[in-house]
Amino acid sequence: MEALYAFCVGILTTCGVFLVLRSRTFPVVVGLTLLSYAVNLFLFSSGRLAINSAAVIGANPTYSDPLPQALVLTAIVIGFAMTAFVVILAMRGRGDLGNDHVDGRIPEYSSLSDKEKP
Amino acid sequence: MSLLWIPLLPALGVFAPLIAERFGRTACAWATAAAPALALLLLLLNAPAVFRGETLFSSLSWIPQLGLDLSFRLDGLAFLFALLILGIGLLIILYARYYLSSKDSMSTFYAYLILFMTAMLGIVLSNNLIQLWMFWELTSISSFLLISFWHGKTEGRKGARMALTVTGAGGLALLAGLILIGKMVGSYDLEVVLQNGDLIREHAAYPIALTLVLLGAFTKSAQFPFHFWLPHAMAAPTPVSAYLHSATMVKAGIFLLARFYPALSGTELWFIIVSMAGLATLLIGAYTALFKHDLKGLLAYSTVSHLGLITLLLGMDTQLAAVAAIFHIINHATFKASLFMAAGIIDHESGTRDMRRLNGLWHFMPHTATLAMVAAASMAGVPLLNGFLSKEMFFAETLHQHTLGSLSWMIPVLATLAAIFSVAYSLRFIHDVFFNGQPIDLPKTPHEPPRYMKVPIEILVGLCLLVGIFPGFIVGGLLNAAVMAVLPGQVPEYSLSIWHGINLPLIMSVVAIVFGVVIYHNRRKLFKFQSQFPETDAKLVFEGLMQALVKISQRVHGFFENHSLQRYMFSLLMLLLIFAGVPLLDLLNTAGQRPQLPIDSLTLIMAALLVLSAIATVIWHRKRFISLLTLSVVGLIVSVAFAYFSAPDLALTQLSVEVVTVILLMLALFFLPQSTPKESSPTRVARDLGVAAIIGGIIGTINYAMITRPHSSIAEFFLENSKPGGGGTNVVNVILVDFRGFDTFGEILVLGIAALGIFKLINRMKVFMPSGDSNGINWTQDSHPMILRTVSQSLLPLALLVSAYIFLRGHNMPGGGFIAGLITAVAIILQYIAHGVDWIKPRLRIHYQWAIATGVLIAALTGMGSWLFNRPFLTSWFDYFTLPLVGEFELASALAFDLGVYITVVAATLLILANLGKLTTTHRPTMKEND
Repeated sequence: MEALYAFCVGILTTCGVFLVLRSRTFPVVVGLTLLSYAVNLFLFSSGRLAINSAAVIGANPTYSDPLPQALVLTAIVIGFAMTAFVVILAMRGRGDLGNDHVDGRIPEYSSLSDKEKP
Repeated sequence: MSLLWIPLLPALGVFAPLIAERFGRTACAWATAAAPALALLLLLLNAPAVFRGETLFSSLSWIPQLGLDLSFRLDGLAFLFALLILGIGLLIILYARYYLSSKDSMSTFYAYLILFMTAMLGIVLSNNLIQLWMFWELTSISSFLLISFWHGKTEGRKGARMALTVTGAGGLALLAGLILIGKMVGSYDLEVVLQNGDLIREHAAYPIALTLVLLGAFTKSAQFPFHFWLPHAMAAPTPVSAYLHSATMVKAGIFLLARFYPALSGTELWFIIVSMAGLATLLIGAYTALFKHDLKGLLAYSTVSHLGLITLLLGMDTQLAAVAAIFHIINHATFKASLFMAAGIIDHESGTRDMRRLNGLWHFMPHTATLAMVAAASMAGVPLLNGFLSKEMFFAETLHQHTLGSLSWMIPVLATLAAIFSVAYSLRFIHDVFFNGQPIDLPKTPHEPPRYMKVPIEILVGLCLLVGIFPGFIVGGLLNAAVMAVLPGQVPEYSLSIWHGINLPLIMSVVAIVFGVVIYHNRRKLFKFQSQFPETDAKLVFEGLMQALVKISQRVHGFFENHSLQRYMFSLLMLLLIFAGVPLLDLLNTAGQRPQLPIDSLTLIMAALLVLSAIATVIWHRKRFISLLTLSVVGLIVSVAFAYFSAPDLALTQLSVEVVTVILLMLALFFLPQSTPKESSPTRVARDLGVAAIIGGIIGTINYAMITRPHSSIAEFFLENSKPGGGGTNVVNVILVDFRGFDTFGEILVLGIAALGIFKLINRMKVFMPSGDSNGINWTQDSHPMILRTVSQSLLPLALLVSAYIFLRGHNMPGGGFIAGLITAVAIILQYIAHGVDWIKPRLRIHYQWAIATGVLIAALTGMGSWLFNRPFLTSWFDYFTLPLVGEFELASALAFDLGVYITVVAATLLILANLGKLTTTHRPTMKEND
C-alpha cells in the first residue's frame, strides 16, 4: 500500500511540475493545485498510513498521528486562499496587460517554427 | 557621569538649529553653539584629572548579551581630539553664520555639522571597538551630507559620492579588522585591547587585522593611494572644508593610528606599511599642491601632504616620533583651519578662487591678508610659529631611522624635498594672491569681510603665534597628557624649546626655505614642465570605474533575472533536483522496516482513477474546461484517501474546499481564454516532461522511504492530554483550537488578508467578457432555472443546520470551525448560483470585510481572555454543566475561538467568490476615489 501511495504522490508531483512550467496562467494555476494535493498528501503521510484509527479518543483501539492532520487541515484552507489569489491575479494580469502569458507579454521570439504557429 | 554628556549634548543639539531657525540667523547660530559650548565646558572640567595622567571611564549597559555597552573613556589623546573637535567646531559655527548666503538653509547646515561633531566625539571617546566603528560610519554619512550640501552642483554630488564610497569601503575593512582584534583578545573593550598588545602582535592573524585597520585609517585620512577623494571633497562649502578636511574627519584616521599605537605598532610590518604610505603621501601631496590654481585645491593637497607627514611620524620606530606626530596634529589643525577660512573669505568677497586671477589682494583686504600670511608661514615652517617646531622635531626624527636599512638616509633627504615644496606652495599662497600685480577680471570688487567672520581666524592665528613662541607654556600639558595615552608608561624625554642650537634639523629647515624660494621664483619653468604630463581627473577615473561596476552587475543581474517565469521555475526546480536528489544517491535501502499495509482491490481502482485523471489533466491542459473537470476528480479521490487513511477531518475539509475551488476556477475561466495556444516546441515539452518526471520520481521515492520507516512523534502527548487538558476527544480539533491555537490564529489572519487582497485586486478590474463560449454559441439569457431555485432555497436551512451540527460537535467528533465554515459558505454560494446576485443582494446584507474582522477579533479576544486569569495567551478553559432536558454538556472557551475561525472562513470564502461572481453582473465592486 505504501508503494502505491508514494507512486500516486510522485505522479501528482510530475503532473503538477509539468503544468507549472507552461507559459499561460491557467495551466500554471491547475499545476499549482495538483502540486498542493501532492504536498498535502506527502505531509499527511509523515504521520504514517493507518486504517480505521481516527484520532478521536475512545473511538478505536489505536490512533493515527493527529499532528500532521492538523497541519494539513489548515494547509488545505490556506491553499485555497492562495489558489484564489493567484487565479484572480491572473485575471487582473489579463485585464491590465491584454494577454494571459505568465511573463505578462507574449515573447517576440517563439521557439516554434513559423509553420507551427497558430 | 559627566563624561556621557560630552557626546550626548551635541547629539541632542542636532535639533537646536532646526527649532531656532525661525528666530533669525544669529539666534540660530547661538542656539547651535550652546550644546558644543556646554560640552566643551564639561571637557575642560575634566582637564586636571586627565593632565595628571588618569583615564576616566563611564558606561551605560546597552546589549549586555552581545558584550555591547555604551562605553566612553577620556584619556589624554581623547581629550586632545575632543578639544580640537569642540573648539574648532565652535569657531566654525561662528564663521559659517557669515559665510552662508541667505539662499542656503542655515538650520540644515548646522544640523549636519552638529551631527558630524557628535560622530567625531563618539569616535574619540569610545571605549568599545564596535561602538567606535559605529560612530566612524556616522562620520562618513554626515560628511557625505555636508560635502553635498550644495546638492544642485554636479561636482558637489560627485565629490560627496566619491568620499562616501572610499571612506565607506574603508569603514567596512575597519569593521572586519576590529572584529578580528576583538576575537583575538576576547573582548571589544578598548581598554582590554590596549593592554593586550603582545597578544595581538603574536597572533597568526595579526597581518590581516593590521592591514584591515590600516585600510580604514588610510582611506579616512586620504593616504596614498586613497588620497584622490580629498581634493574632490573641496566642492563642499568652505566651513565644511575648514572643519572636516583640516581638523577633524581626515584626522580620524590619524587618531585611529594613534589610538591603536600601543596595541598594533612595534612590528616590522607596521613600520614598513605606515611609514611608506606616509612618505609617498607626503611627497605626492607637497608636489601636486604647487600646481593647483584653485586656492582650496592647493590647501587640499597641502592637507594630504601634512597628513602623510603625521602618518610617516607614526610609522617611525622611535618614541619621539610619536610625540612629534601628536604635536603636529595640534599645529596642523590650527594653521590649516585658519587658512581654509581665509580662503573662504577670499572666495566669498572676490567671487573666485582661481589664483591666476587673484592678485594684489593686499590692497583690498590687508587685515585678512596679514592673518593668512602668518598662517601660511606657519605651514611653511618659519621660525617663531608652531609649524616650525613640529617640523624641526620631524626632521630630527628622520635622522634616526633604520627602517630602510642602509637606504635609511633617503628618508631625511626626501623629507627635506617635501619641505622645499611645502615652502614653495605656501609662498605661492601668499605671493600669488596678495601681491603679484593687480587682480584680473574678478566678479566682485574685493573688500574686508564682516568683522566677526575674521574672529575665528584671529583666534587660531593667535594660537599659532603663542604656541610658536611659548610652546611649553601653552601646549606642554596637553601634549604630555596625549603622549601618556599613546605611549603608556614610557614617555620619552623631549624638549619643546624653540632654540636647540645650530644642528642638522635647523640646517634642513634653512635649506628647505632657501630652495623653496628658489623653486617658487622659477615656478613658470616648472609649470611648463608639469604641463607636459597628461592630467588625469580622478573623478573621471572613479566614475568610469563605478560605471563599469554597475554595468557588470547589471549584466550578471540580467542573466539571472530576465523576466521569464518559466525560466525562474526551471532554475528553482533544478536546484530542488540537486538538493533533494543527490542525497538519495547515498541511501542504500529505500524501503524501511515498518510493516506495510496490504493492497486491496478498491484502493487499487481508486489509485488508478487518480493517476488517470491526473494524467488526463496534463494531456488536455489546453482544453481548459475539460482539464478542470479531471482536476476535480483528482481532488475528490484525495479526499476519499484522507477518509480511508483515518483522517475524517481532512476528508471533510478537502471535500468542501474542492467544491469552492472548482466554483472559483469555473468563474475565473469565464474571464480567461477558454483554450491554451500551442506554444512550446517539442524539445521544450520533452525537456519539461523529463524534469517533471525526475522530480516526481524523487518526491515519490522520498515519500516511500519516509512512510516505510518507523517513527516516533510527539503525538503521544496530544493524545494523552487532549481529553484531560483540552476537554475534547477529537484530537485534531483540540490541536487546532487549543494546543496550537496560536498557529491557527495566524492562519485565519492569512486567510483574511488573502481575501482582502483579492477584493482589492478585483476592484476596477478590466475584464474580458466573452459573449459566447469557445464554440461561438452565445450565453443563454434565460432566467435562473426554477427547479434549482426551489431546491436550493429549501436546502439552505438544512445545510445551515448541518454546518451548525458539524461546528458544535467539532471538539469531540470530526468537524469544527474550518469545516463548518466551508459548508456554510457552499450553502450560501449555492443561493448565489441559483438566484443570481440581484436576488441575494437585498436579502443578505452582510459586509464581508467587517465579518472577517469580527471573526479575527473574536478569536483574538478569546485568546486574550486568558490574560484576565493570569494565564498565557490562548489558554483554554472548559467545564461540564447539567441542564434539565439537555442533560450534561460541556462549555469550552475553545468553542468561542472556533467561532472566530468559523466566521473568518465563511466571510473570506464569500468575499472571494461573491465578488468574483459579481463581476459578471452590473454589481461590479468599484472603489470610490476617497475610499
